[in-house]
Amino acid sequence: MKPDGVLGEQKMTLKRFFLQWEWMLVLIFLLVNLVNAFLSPYYLDLISIRDATMTFLDKAFIVLPMVFILILGQIDISVASTVALSSVIMADLYNRGLPMEWAIVVCLAVGALCGWINGFLLVKFKELSSVIVTLGTMILYRGIAYIILEDQSAGKFPEWFSYLGWGYVGGIPFILIVFIVLAVIFGLVLHQTTFGRHLYAMGSNLTASQFSGIRTNRITLIVFTLAGLMAAVTALFLASRMGSTRPNVANGYELDVIAMAVLGGVSTAGGKGRMIGAVIAVFLIGLLRYGLGLVNVPAQTLLVIIGALLIFAVMVPKLSGLKRKTAHRLAGKN
Amino acid sequence: MMTVRAVGRASSFSGIAKFRELGLLAFIILLSLFVQWRNPSFLSLENIDDLITNTAILSILAVGMMLVIVTRGIDLSIGATLALSGMITAMVVGSFPALPPVLAMLLGIAVGIVCGSLLGGLVAKIGIFPIIASLGMMNVFRGLTFMVSGGKWVSAHQMPDSFKAIATGSVFGINRLVFIAVLIYLIFYYFINHTRTGRQIYAVGSNPESAKISGISTTKVVWLVYSIMGALSGLAGVLWVSKFASAQGDTAMGYELSVIAACVLGGVSIAGGSGKISGIILGSILLGILNNALPLINVSPFWQNAIQGFIILVAIVINVWVKRGVERNHLLRRNM
Repeated sequence: MKPDGVLGEQKMTLKRFFLQWEWMLVLIFLLVNLVNAFLSPYYLDLISIRDATMTFLDKAFIVLPMVFILILGQIDISVASTVALSSVIMADLYNRGLPMEWAIVVCLAVGALCGWINGFLLVKFKELSSVIVTLGTMILYRGIAYIILEDQSAGKFPEWFSYLGWGYVGGIPFILIVFIVLAVIFGLVLHQTTFGRHLYAMGSNLTASQFSGIRTNRITLIVFTLAGLMAAVTALFLASRMGSTRPNVANGYELDVIAMAVLGGVSTAGGKGRMIGAVIAVFLIGLLRYGLGLVNVPAQTLLVIIGALLIFAVMVPKLSGLKRKTAHRLAGKN
Repeated sequence: MMTVRAVGRASSFSGIAKFRELGLLAFIILLSLFVQWRNPSFLSLENIDDLITNTAILSILAVGMMLVIVTRGIDLSIGATLALSGMITAMVVGSFPALPPVLAMLLGIAVGIVCGSLLGGLVAKIGIFPIIASLGMMNVFRGLTFMVSGGKWVSAHQMPDSFKAIATGSVFGINRLVFIAVLIYLIFYYFINHTRTGRQIYAVGSNPESAKISGISTTKVVWLVYSIMGALSGLAGVLWVSKFASAQGDTAMGYELSVIAACVLGGVSIAGGSGKISGIILGSILLGILNNALPLINVSPFWQNAIQGFIILVAIVINVWVKRGVERNHLLRRNM
């Protein structure tokens, strides 16, 4: 195989450009919207779509660093527990009298620390796979959240805190603006910086990356810490939207997040994937949920549809005749 | 020369396994003694019976999960498969109370095999990563469970006594669940150690390429492994529903993680190729004791998760240290 990464980008023809997985996603996205609009006359209401984004964007913050982690060829299933732990500590400290501003800082710090611990364990014990390490911390972090709050919920946040989850800036939901800004930043970091190139290099061939002088340990640590930090951001928005938090909050988010990234064309084998695909997938799944919810499709049926969509998404590039020529391109190796 | 080294390495690996198992056993004994010291009712017959029956289903699933992990895979869908087969069986038994329990079990196993072979096909034939394929199928099976039941529960009074007796009845004073679990251990002990297919599973796990070159159909082996996992999940579904006398849409949600944890504690390597039945039995028992004993020594149930997670992390870290130590010793010996 040619060093497709560098050459391919320069020689990108129009045909190749439209054969990318992201266009497939755009197509599915339009199809979903079409079906939704067909099913419910209320769907194509810009105001309600705008407001729907507020309900599904909270977990999307974790998708951004998850793309990094998957590109490294790793996985992090502890993120949902990190959301729970950081939001529970924040709420508990606030209820004990800490000013909300400081509680938010602590929340972000706890999230980053949770992520850093994952990264530290992986760097220190290279023999361990990230599935196992983050499985352990997943149980541990949520366990600590349970120790702190038991079966209680905590909340009664100050008035202004609800702005995060419910506020608008110039008619656009605040959460949507923050997400788009962060997505652009993460996208630029991934595709325009040496740090981003190093991620792809490490995901494609870790040993070669090490020998070529990439500081792999540091990058692993940074990426996992970022995941924890973004989980804490999710915790902020989630707690703000719900007005309170419980230890069992965000249950199952890790799987949703991974599903979004994979649907977006990011390979769990590492080295492949792009930010834009994952972002499209976030809106795709979010609007699919919202639209089918409008016509009273039960949440359980949605589970089946999303599961099937996920399988379908990873199957198509493998099955199609395009396999040889463009499989790696479809998966978005840039 | 080559053979000597190979033998040496093989024995070192089995040495690690033995050390790990002895360590785990010692830890279990110490833990038991500690709990017994704090609360003498821990080692009472009644409590031991309770503990073993609670561990039985976990360990049955762990046997299947071990095979999956040995082939470098993972199956996140087993909680959902368990729920689906349990639900379907419970509904059928509810409508036909005269159905013999054995047929009910076979029905559950059949549902599980269908689920498992579907997943196995995706993994083995199409080549989707196990974690992604099973994640997708987890959603599908879980959703189907809700759909077939219409969101309703099947509760105790809808099930005939003969069905509930599958998991609650006892033979010679020992719960039937335990007999079923021991039977499964024996069958699979023989299967993985003394049959060609069983050995092929390990061959595929330790080196897929060379397994393929030596004529093993890796596709078939991987497919088989997921089907076995499905069958065991189906069986576990029937046992679960019979034991708790209720089938719900969210039965065993997240249970797959406990099963994977039992395997990891039992020394099954996620890198594939290694894992022993005795190890996962110990791993399951350790998890079972943690769940059973913590309330007995007045540890708040809210501490359970954190302690479990901590022990899993400690176990995997110790595992790495032991392995490194053994490898360093070998290196030293070879250099001399």
